[in-house]
Amino acid sequence: MIFGTDLAGMLLGGVAAGMVLFIVSVGLSVTMGLMGFVNLAHGGFAMLGGYAIVLAMKHWGFGFLPALAFGFVATAAVSVAFERLLYARLYRAAELDQVLFTIGLVFIMIASVTVLIGPENQPLPLPAMLQGQVDLGVTRYRTYSVVLIGIGVAIVLGLWLGVERTRMGAQIRAAVDNRRMAESLGINIDRLFTVTFALGSGMAALGGGLGAEFLGLDPQYPLKYLVYFLIVVAVGGLGRVTGVFYAALLIGVLDFALKKYLPQGGTLFIYALTILLLLWRPQGLFGGKAT
Amino acid sequence: MTAPSPGRAAHPAALALARRHRLRAWEPIPWVLAVAFYFAFPRHLGFGTELLITVLFAISLDLILGYAGIVTLGHAAFFGAGAYTVGMLAKHGIWTEPITGLILAALIAAAVGLGSGLVLLRTRGLTLLMLTLCTMALLEEAANLGHAYTGGFDGLDSLPIAPLFGVFDFNPLYPRTQYLYVLAALFLCFAFVRTLVYSPFGQSLTGIRENMLRMHAVGAPVRTRLVVCYTISAAIAGVAGGIWAQANAYVNLGTLGLDRAATVLIILVLGGHGRLYGAFIGAVAYMVLSHFLSKIYPTAWQLGLGLLLVVIALFARNGILGIGEAASRVLGRR
Repeated sequence: MIFGTDLAGMLLGGVAAGMVLFIVSVGLSVTMGLMGFVNLAHGGFAMLGGYAIVLAMKHWGFGFLPALAFGFVATAAVSVAFERLLYARLYRAAELDQVLFTIGLVFIMIASVTVLIGPENQPLPLPAMLQGQVDLGVTRYRTYSVVLIGIGVAIVLGLWLGVERTRMGAQIRAAVDNRRMAESLGINIDRLFTVTFALGSGMAALGGGLGAEFLGLDPQYPLKYLVYFLIVVAVGGLGRVTGVFYAALLIGVLDFALKKYLPQGGTLFIYALTILLLLWRPQGLFGGKAT
Repeated sequence: MTAPSPGRAAHPAALALARRHRLRAWEPIPWVLAVAFYFAFPRHLGFGTELLITVLFAISLDLILGYAGIVTLGHAAFFGAGAYTVGMLAKHGIWTEPITGLILAALIAAAVGLGSGLVLLRTRGLTLLMLTLCTMALLEEAANLGHAYTGGFDGLDSLPIAPLFGVFDFNPLYPRTQYLYVLAALFLCFAFVRTLVYSPFGQSLTGIRENMLRMHAVGAPVRTRLVVCYTISAAIAGVAGGIWAQANAYVNLGTLGLDRAATVLIILVLGGHGRLYGAFIGAVAYMVLSHFLSKIYPTAWQLGLGLLLVVIALFARNGILGIGEAASRVLGRR
């Protein structure tokens, strides 16, 4: 019985962490799949959004949900400006230039946040409703993690329906599979990309805010978790919403379990597994075609 | 040797190809400056040593990035492998002689490069980027875990390094010996790399960078060339790491970190990649700026560095040397 509770707790904690990873990484996966753009600054948008959400709640008296909506919209708007003014110039550029440009962007974001807000960690002020524990029948668990899982499931369902059932979703799938062909059919890839980039950054903002509970939120955030976001995307496959979902859950649970039972060498296993997996399937575990 | 017909040999293109590897008049300048630095700034030799090591590390990256076109975010893996080889051998009293220690560092780093290169270089693009990053993270984590051997998070300090040739002591406070020792190592490695990139082997690397498909089509052993180049580059990075550990008498996890890998990439691109001397220009520009700015305004330095990177990526893809070349072309046309 104790083992059962342990297992349930581990699964819940891991799944909640996985949800945050998913919410942050899904935009990265879709934009990389669409344009092949190596966007190392994606975590930066998650950080900016996280700060917008936390500051809105702490200083401007926003409620939890309005703050989330504000973070989403503000980050999406900022990211569109970045995309149109800067990213768009580098779509046809070499990978190296994209890497340098986005690393530079990360540095700028880190320095600006440090100067404007300060280097300290910003805790997320949870509303009273989400604090404490909730009885789930098998086990009692932190309410916030359970809510997080609910939000994650709602988002993945929404995204899945959006990608599978809407016109824009079909265009995204077409463009990920074969960009040239999609362009020949009259799909406006540039506009499609701007919209997905904005949505993806907005999602990252939500993830940055929602995940501030256990990932923390400080100016070093985009560099600290860069490898994790990239691993999720690489394992899930570029441009695959469901693939990224499974990969995020897998890595969330694995990371949580390893940190608990192997607090020393946990991350070592994740890196090693990722390397082996990418050698076996360079297109990712759930990716379709070889890239 | 059969002499080519005089008409063809006199063609400007043939002449340019035949003379490509010749020593240009300005090429001794960096070395003269480096020796002059020794006499002019005896109080700043620590900084000078660090600068020369950075140049060496950047040159090793130039070989794979600038010439073979392999984009890697994990080059510090080899720097760290070399540094930890020297550090662990010295700390546990197995081997403290500096020159053979460096050779060992190069061999270990080359082995890491060969092993990872054999598997990683089958992939390209984002997957390759991820794999280099993960390999480095893996080594960093392993070094963190093996406390008993590597000192874990704290690293290994006060490494006992035997005097050079049994005579010249490594004094961390007056790094005269270190400076000349590093300069000599840099010169040897640079001469080797310079010869290599102008050799037919180096030509084929450039070919692979420019058009991999065509190199396959003309029958060049693309993967073998890439793996060999990757291994050589790893060995040189290992020398840089080993010499860093010897000069500073310590080694820590930072030698294996993303910070170091990103910094050397930035330095090389700032100076201009695929140009040999870009590593010198980039390292001097970066180190001098960071030496003065980061002490006064660390955050402003990061902001400036970020802006610099964005500007380079958008407008000056060939770095400072690229700007110089463009300027000299414009002036030459008049």
